[in-house]
Amino acid sequence: MNHRPITEDDLHAYVDHALEPERRAEVDSYLVDHPDVAERVAGFAGQRDLMRSALAPIAHEPLPAELNLARIIESRRRRPSPAWWAVAAMLLLTIGGAGGWALRGSLQTSPAGLTVLAQEAADSYNVHAPDRVRPVEMRASDSAQLVQWVSDRLQQPVKVPDLTTSGYRLMGGRLVATSHGPAAMFMYDDDRGSRIVVLTRRMSSADHDARMTAHATGNVTGFSWADAGIGYSLVGQVPPESLRLVANEVRRQVRGI
Amino acid sequence: MQDMLVQVEPLIPALRRYARALLRNRAAADDLVQDCLERAVSGWHQRRGDNVRAWLFAILHNLAVSQFRQAASRGRHVPIEEAGEGEFAGAAAQEHRLMYQDVLNKLAKLPEEQRAVLLLVAVEDLSYAEAARALNVPVGTVMSRLSRARERLQQEIDGVAGAPGNVVPFRSVK
Repeated sequence: MNHRPITEDDLHAYVDHALEPERRAEVDSYLVDHPDVAERVAGFAGQRDLMRSALAPIAHEPLPAELNLARIIESRRRRPSPAWWAVAAMLLLTIGGAGGWALRGSLQTSPAGLTVLAQEAADSYNVHAPDRVRPVEMRASDSAQLVQWVSDRLQQPVKVPDLTTSGYRLMGGRLVATSHGPAAMFMYDDDRGSRIVVLTRRMSSADHDARMTAHATGNVTGFSWADAGIGYSLVGQVPPESLRLVANEVRRQVRGI
Repeated sequence: MQDMLVQVEPLIPALRRYARALLRNRAAADDLVQDCLERAVSGWHQRRGDNVRAWLFAILHNLAVSQFRQAASRGRHVPIEEAGEGEFAGAAAQEHRLMYQDVLNKLAKLPEEQRAVLLLVAVEDLSYAEAARALNVPVGTVMSRLSRARERLQQEIDGVAGAPGNVVPFRSVK
């Protein structure tokens, strides 16, 4: 009979009880024929038992008060959440117009057009990123159709940045309504489920080109810029120093460099 | 938040055990777990996938790593506590206690990345895929670190430490 060769990985999976019964039996009979390997495996299993016994008592200790999860949830509830800050920012925007927003959120002064774009991106993020059911209209698997759709609506070829080198996978996208017409929103997430959003649309002629500008509301940070009449804004609950690197990558790709 | 309570609370003892095994200091480990739980509460709705355990260990591990880095850059060390006698109550406890202490001391000699894999897989029962997610490395890396960790710990136990070149890793063709 032809058996698959036993690998080092099989031996570890054997020790960790992670093999299918059939494969386990194959390793068993291999170990019978190879006492030197069997000895090694027995050593590994011994380590495992010893470590587990040595550390087991920790898991049986009563939990200290500060690790009471119900209490942690409760104390967080009494603190204003990021969503609350978003509402506060919206109120200020309503009351004070763009000036109020700039006071509330901008880390540095930026052209009025960019400020509005940044607000739209933050709004889209706040509405769509927490959505567990349908954060995007079209999924990444249909990205060709997505690109076709948003390019048609923006009357402009739109490129979806590939952010895998920055650790973010494309989830998909949707069309977003703004006071300046349709905008394309692309959503990405990383391995920890942290989501970021790229919003892009045409800019008015006054904001044809604008340098990259940082903005923040609560812990939602963002970077916005305009290139050849197209505005881009990247937002997420990510520290600005790491988000800036992603923004640079987006800018590099949409410029086609 | 009720679903969070139900899913996360039963995992807290394991998170404590992992943190304690890495840091070997009860207060420092519990601080880390507290930090981890606070982040889990605030990020609960942003998490991805159904695997809460791998997600929590990922948060905890990242916090531990950044703590190691900070401690290293400041030249500070968290004092290592020997496990207290009370922690191993029971008849055969005393003779076992020394044996347990010994394996933990030897485990502590492994590089942090090898120790983390070994603890997650062999003690916390994470699958290789879960450990890969928690450590944010490919599964192949988990396997090679696990292999190196076990070889090295065995050398420590067998008392042939200091001669890693003598051991030819056994890895047949896949």
